[in-house]
Amino acid sequence: MTLKSKKLVEYAAMLVIWLGLVLLFGMLSQSFLSLRTFVTLANRIPALAVIAAGMTLVLVIGGIDLSVGSVLGLSGALVGLALVNWHLPFWVATLLGLGVGLVAGTLNGLVSVGLGIPSFIVSLGMLEIARGVAYLTTHSQTKYIGATVEWPSAPIPGLGVSPAFLITLLVIVAGQVVLSRTVFGRYLVAIGTNESAVRLAGINTKPVKVAVFALLGLLTGLGGVFYTSRLGSSDPNAGVGLELSAIAAVVIGGTSLMGGRGSVVNTFFGVLIIATLEAGLAQVGASEPTKRVITGLVIVVAVVLDAWRHHLTGRKFSLLKRLFTARPASGTPIS
Amino acid sequence: MAEAAHLLQVTRLQKSYNVPVLLDFSFSLRSGEVHALVGSNGAGKSTFAKILCGLTPADGGEIRLAGLPHAPASKRAAEHAGVIMVLQELNVIGTLSVAENIFLNRLPCRAGFVQRSRLHESARAALARVGLGDLDPATPAGALGVGHQQLVELAGALSRNCRVLILDEPTAALTDPEIERLFGHLRKLRQEGVGIIYVSHRMDEIKRIADRITVMRDGRAVATHLSVDVTPDCLVREMVGHELPERGGLSERPAGPVALSVRNLSAGDQVRDVSFTLRQGEILGIAGLIGSGRTETLRAIFGADVKSGGETFVDGKAVKILCPTDALLAGIGLMPEDRKQDGLLMPQSIRVNTTLNTLVRYARAGGWLDTGAEERTTEAYRQRLQISCNSVEQAVGELSGGNQQKVVVARWLARDCRILLFDEPTRGIDVAAKQTMYELLRELAGEGKAVLVVSSELEELMSLCDRLLVMSQGCISAEFTPGEWTQEKITRAAFSGHLDRKVESHPS
Repeated sequence: MTLKSKKLVEYAAMLVIWLGLVLLFGMLSQSFLSLRTFVTLANRIPALAVIAAGMTLVLVIGGIDLSVGSVLGLSGALVGLALVNWHLPFWVATLLGLGVGLVAGTLNGLVSVGLGIPSFIVSLGMLEIARGVAYLTTHSQTKYIGATVEWPSAPIPGLGVSPAFLITLLVIVAGQVVLSRTVFGRYLVAIGTNESAVRLAGINTKPVKVAVFALLGLLTGLGGVFYTSRLGSSDPNAGVGLELSAIAAVVIGGTSLMGGRGSVVNTFFGVLIIATLEAGLAQVGASEPTKRVITGLVIVVAVVLDAWRHHLTGRKFSLLKRLFTARPASGTPIS
Repeated sequence: MAEAAHLLQVTRLQKSYNVPVLLDFSFSLRSGEVHALVGSNGAGKSTFAKILCGLTPADGGEIRLAGLPHAPASKRAAEHAGVIMVLQELNVIGTLSVAENIFLNRLPCRAGFVQRSRLHESARAALARVGLGDLDPATPAGALGVGHQQLVELAGALSRNCRVLILDEPTAALTDPEIERLFGHLRKLRQEGVGIIYVSHRMDEIKRIADRITVMRDGRAVATHLSVDVTPDCLVREMVGHELPERGGLSERPAGPVALSVRNLSAGDQVRDVSFTLRQGEILGIAGLIGSGRTETLRAIFGADVKSGGETFVDGKAVKILCPTDALLAGIGLMPEDRKQDGLLMPQSIRVNTTLNTLVRYARAGGWLDTGAEERTTEAYRQRLQISCNSVEQAVGELSGGNQQKVVVARWLARDCRILLFDEPTRGIDVAAKQTMYELLRELAGEGKAVLVVSSELEELMSLCDRLLVMSQGCISAEFTPGEWTQEKITRAAFSGHLDRKVESHPS
């Protein structure tokens, strides 16, 4: 099987899993299989989806960014300030929101790559800093903005989905193309596979790595704009814990936390699965704690299945294989 | 002494990885004896030591320890039997205390809590045995100098019930007074009846400390001498064995102008003041013992490691190479020693690996990659280098070692590199693949590429190279042309850094 057809099979598999989930909830609840459910879903996911797309690229190089939730909050806070306090036009506010995300992401990249500190730690620091700045600038208050900011999340008449959702689809497609068909994307996969070999092939890996963090920052800024737009107000508490949902979506989509392997399209399916679970469980009347338990189980099962599949197909660097070969004197554990 | 019982009796020991490493190796060690093992790279010394201390099983043969069969399944089992090895590389954990390092795998404890006073008490006793009685056992091991760390390891070894002690290059990191002290302790152990196997390249030290010397070559014991009966020259001759036939089918390649010139290159403490020139169309070899600075020299030229001094000229022009990218732009390519670690993206396809550093060429507007063109180029190199695979989309991890090496070569050829640095190009590949690799190297030189080859296999270098440099202790110790080299001369040059070491007339 060629790599191309393998990819298509993976897309199809993710689609089938998602459809299965939709059917399951359709059977459990009469009202689930309705147009309204899907429209709501489509208009709920843009913020998470664009961030998860960027996160995919960061995980592909073997990095991580824990600050995205806070940076989303900061971006939203700035959009609110710009519109309400400074009376700036919408597009300037949007640029500010994107800009602050870009700055935060670039800082993450520069510090972790430049000083050789794990991105886990650097972005953990940024998580606190960005949230703190968001509180300081808004005096910890939610600002009502209203119609000036709501239109990107409002359904387009006759189409049903919002402009934000259309932009999200564009970002997903562009992200996938960048990852699989451009020089930049090839470098990302190569760095995630074996950075030492890439360096010894004469490629300067540092600018590439900084750029990928910057890109995630920019997309997080965009996520902040989407989030603010959906609420119609800017909330400095927005996006608490979002980094975990984003990472979960990426991992459900089969991207390796060890780097070197990933797909933006599959991440999008991961986002769909998480959002569908949430909406479906709410509809069948599951309590918030139950929802969290089930979502957690789904994440673990997805990762185990993925690791197992890669083990069975004989690919190296899979999590499970590492676990098993770490045990001494066990020759061929499974299969 | 000659009547002393055989503590360790090794008969016809066999071990092979892909190629045989130990072939009918027989050896004996008496209690109260220091028995040195000498031999060139790959003679089988380390493998033998590993089998003794349970790090790898033997394929055949027998080891008897004090008359009983000795086949330890693990390092722990070997230690239990009283066979203890102090490794060449220090195994000290710097953040733990000296006492914790000595007793790491048998900390005295009660209900899971370490009993510090008991630990320090036994540590003090162990340290006193190696003359470090004044050292506070609570000192972090990282705060000690390398020499003291070595003694701490020795203390750890001796604190067990030690019957056979294996030392692998124990003096590599020690200064002369420290070596003296170490030898003092070894002599004391000898009196206590411990059998010591002493692996080293340093002839002068071996002559002083060893009672008997066994020379190993190609996995066999070639000869065993009483230390007093033998000269270093004689040992070197035995390590080499029979002279090789003159290199056959020698076709003189016309050497072109100088392609690469390195002057006074220094890097770390492994590369000291190295100067040489490499011509177009020439294959220049670098021989030397493992650890003589060959790999480090290549890496320094290529900019993979930091240089501390020296100049590089390519085609007569000075170039500054601070990182591999600079080397790439100067037309220098490196095939690293460890393909898996430093060369290839194992799960990726041959195509991705081949085009890795020429990727920009396949980019259309906006960075969009023309994979069709990539495929065509890769296919062309596949045919030229005869890489056997299903297709260029196959993952390189699934290829054989020789074919993997060819993929790395393809990458640099695609980049039009004219100076190619090969570090152990035939390591871990089978005999047939080696021959194709030699042909490839000759072909490249025939096309006017400047080829530099580092190898541990003398025969390989002698059949391949137009000129040969020998490194020892980080310096170039000799240069040979095909007419003047012999295996003995080369080996002597490789050991020269060790032979020249000043013998201190120790006061006693």
